[in-house]
Amino acid sequence: MADGKPAPKLEGLLVALLFAGTAVGFALYGARNWFPEVASRHGVGIDAMIMFLLAVTGAMFVIGHFVLAFFIWQGTRRDSVAARMASPQAERRVAITLGLVMALAAEGGVLAIGLPVFGEYFGDIPEDAVNIVVTGQQFAWNNHYSGEDGIFGRTDVALITPTNPVGLDGNDPAAADDFVLINQLTVPVDRPVKITLRALDVIHSFFLPHHRVKQDAVPGMSIPVWFVPTREGRFEIPCTELCGLGHYRMQGFLNVVSQAEYDAWLDEQAGN
Amino acid sequence: MSEPQSFLRKYVFSLDHKIIGIQYIVTGFAMAIVGGLLSLLIRLQLGWPTVMWPILETLMPNAYASGVMAPEFYLAAVTMHGTIMAFFFISYVLVSGFGNYLVPLQVGAKDMAFPFLNMLSYWIGLVSALVMILAFFVEGGAAAAGWTAYPPLSALPAAVPGSGLGQSVWLLSMALFIVSFTMTSLNVVATVFSMRAKGMSMMRLPMTVWSFFIAAIMGLLAFPALTAGAIMLLLDRHAGTAFFLPAGLIIGGNLVEVGGGSPLLWQHLFWFLGHPEVYVLILPALGITFDVLPAFTRKPIFGYRITIWSLVLSGFLGMIVWGHHMFVSGMSPFSGEYFSLSTLLITIPMAVVGVCMLGSLWGARLKMATPGLFTLGLISMFGTGGFGGLFLGNATADIQLHDTYFVVGHFHLMIGGVTVFGTFAAVYFWFPKMFGRMMNESLGRIHFWITTLGYYLIFLTQHFVGLQGAPRRYYAFGSYEYLESIAASNQFISIATFAVGAAQAMFMFNFVWSMFRGKVANTNPWRATTLEWSLPSPPPHGNFTTPPVVHRWPYEYSPEGYEDDFAGQQVDGDTVPVTA
Repeated sequence: MADGKPAPKLEGLLVALLFAGTAVGFALYGARNWFPEVASRHGVGIDAMIMFLLAVTGAMFVIGHFVLAFFIWQGTRRDSVAARMASPQAERRVAITLGLVMALAAEGGVLAIGLPVFGEYFGDIPEDAVNIVVTGQQFAWNNHYSGEDGIFGRTDVALITPTNPVGLDGNDPAAADDFVLINQLTVPVDRPVKITLRALDVIHSFFLPHHRVKQDAVPGMSIPVWFVPTREGRFEIPCTELCGLGHYRMQGFLNVVSQAEYDAWLDEQAGN
Repeated sequence: MSEPQSFLRKYVFSLDHKIIGIQYIVTGFAMAIVGGLLSLLIRLQLGWPTVMWPILETLMPNAYASGVMAPEFYLAAVTMHGTIMAFFFISYVLVSGFGNYLVPLQVGAKDMAFPFLNMLSYWIGLVSALVMILAFFVEGGAAAAGWTAYPPLSALPAAVPGSGLGQSVWLLSMALFIVSFTMTSLNVVATVFSMRAKGMSMMRLPMTVWSFFIAAIMGLLAFPALTAGAIMLLLDRHAGTAFFLPAGLIIGGNLVEVGGGSPLLWQHLFWFLGHPEVYVLILPALGITFDVLPAFTRKPIFGYRITIWSLVLSGFLGMIVWGHHMFVSGMSPFSGEYFSLSTLLITIPMAVVGVCMLGSLWGARLKMATPGLFTLGLISMFGTGGFGGLFLGNATADIQLHDTYFVVGHFHLMIGGVTVFGTFAAVYFWFPKMFGRMMNESLGRIHFWITTLGYYLIFLTQHFVGLQGAPRRYYAFGSYEYLESIAASNQFISIATFAVGAAQAMFMFNFVWSMFRGKVANTNPWRATTLEWSLPSPPPHGNFTTPPVVHRWPYEYSPEGYEDDFAGQQVDGDTVPVTA
């Protein structure tokens, strides 16, 4: 159907180069470490999972496009069809074999690398974990610490006021030493941290990009999530579930400090 | 069936599947203009979040007060872009439009099984589209809870401005859309079962028909779940029920009185439709590729039967994997691992389909023309987009990637790339049959080059933005230190988007101009084999003057011992030996 349009051979070459060049270009562009620098124990496993997938699919992406480009380049140089069709049995054999090889190459590692990490992340939370209840609301994270007694005071939505954001019940003795911080979350390094996620109004999602933690906070549910921070620093907590106008600026901060600093910080909070 | 004579009955309230198909296609493209313009505004905001645009303030004083896009308009634009593109562009043009146009022609029928139902489907569909557009003009603006409309955000008017009347209008429109789409699906299934011509066995159906058939069955099974969901959410909003609202919600400092429902229930209902919807859109694009491609390779497709069974299998698996959108939703991790494994199973039939596409190019004598080029682009996008799916279907990797730009890039390559390339291939390929004229080839090639390169620059770059942890549906990223590195990528993506947008404007021009001024097409300009190419362009009312008899499969290209390099399905076995 060329109809006096560009010479088919040249056009075939150019289209082949378009696909091969795109694949090579993006493979080169993509071959670097894109992640925010990892800061949690299980995060290393999640990175390994993603790196495995990047390597395998990156290779298949390049190889697949080279095959596509080669067929296009060859196809426009022929005057007649070189191979009309194989037998249905041969076609079936080739398609299923190659399909299975591709699927298994990509997925063998998924089970070997991914399942243990998934099991750890969603598995039993160590008893000695630091406990914090994080309640999302439009557009802030309320971080409830249990204080010295280690027991969270009773909360009730009916008691919520602007100065009592989680509705802590002052009549409950366990609540006396509790404290609630808005958007500031401080935890010790190298110790398991258990965050129990709740939401007051709509669904939010608690994302620690450096710690490879993400969990929706759903109204009506208490959802635990845990991780072990491995380096000190100040990290950002974006909300990753659309929660309204201020979604993009629902920003918390995670301060990971040494155990000594953490103890001193707790004392300071108790003093307040 | 006598042909109606009045203009109104012939072109407006038509019972003819070809007219209804073209009505759907035109409506879908009109909606695509709206959805496309919204994406340009979104990209303008993301590329240059602090720049003022006085001209936009003049055009849209509410959305651009003081020249900067309002956050509520941004969320409405994101929500409406997604809704319009998935449901009112691709569903209408590719599935309802080409499904209506092609299925009766390709099975050798005079029309759809239920022509009146077909007309009803279009008019309800048009009302649904108009209702959706109306949402922009109600108080509070259009729906702003995302195209997924998760409650409580979408259930409580106080939660976000677009959760006022705009959200109710959105739900009403979706319910109407599903009614319309279900009617079309019913028609496709009934037509394929009962209206096939003599000799047209199931294993002689073109892949296009197979894919529409599987998609229609999926639509019938999956879509009604969201009709129920939409009505339940409307009741939560207006009748005081609480299907999706738990007790103790505090919105804007006020306690919500009702309770006892579950926000996760909506997510299950939505994705029970939402995931099969993706397959409903993609399968026809794949089927169309298997029919368009051989007209340019001049050889039979590779693995006809294994591809059909792969599509059937992936259609079945596509029904039972919806939970992979919910790995971090609070759903049980055991369910999560099940949904992860079932999702990864789909890669097997899909990889087989991909291999068959590549195999269809093996040994070919490739002829270059725009429809063929778009199918080559589709093969490329299908592979690339599919690889991204491996990351997101993997529950472990999804913990980090969920709701980031990785997801945005991935689904744009699949339901924005594969389906749109399939749509373009179909438009360039069947335009001469529809209107009796050819589209302009030079404009078509420019369209192909800019769109293909642009899509990769936009959506693969978005994958890498996502790997850096950038959340989706953000009005601006300025306050996040760890995302400083994505500002340049965002401008780059926006520039590429404007180039792709310009190419689509050129396509629209080509479409309209060619309808009146295009080169006159003969009966079979691509020298293709399926039944519609044995009819005049455009085919008459009632399609076939004498019932066709089918003697072979639809891929009889380069048959041995025949002077021509193809034989249509109606050519008998004495003239050309039958392959299948």
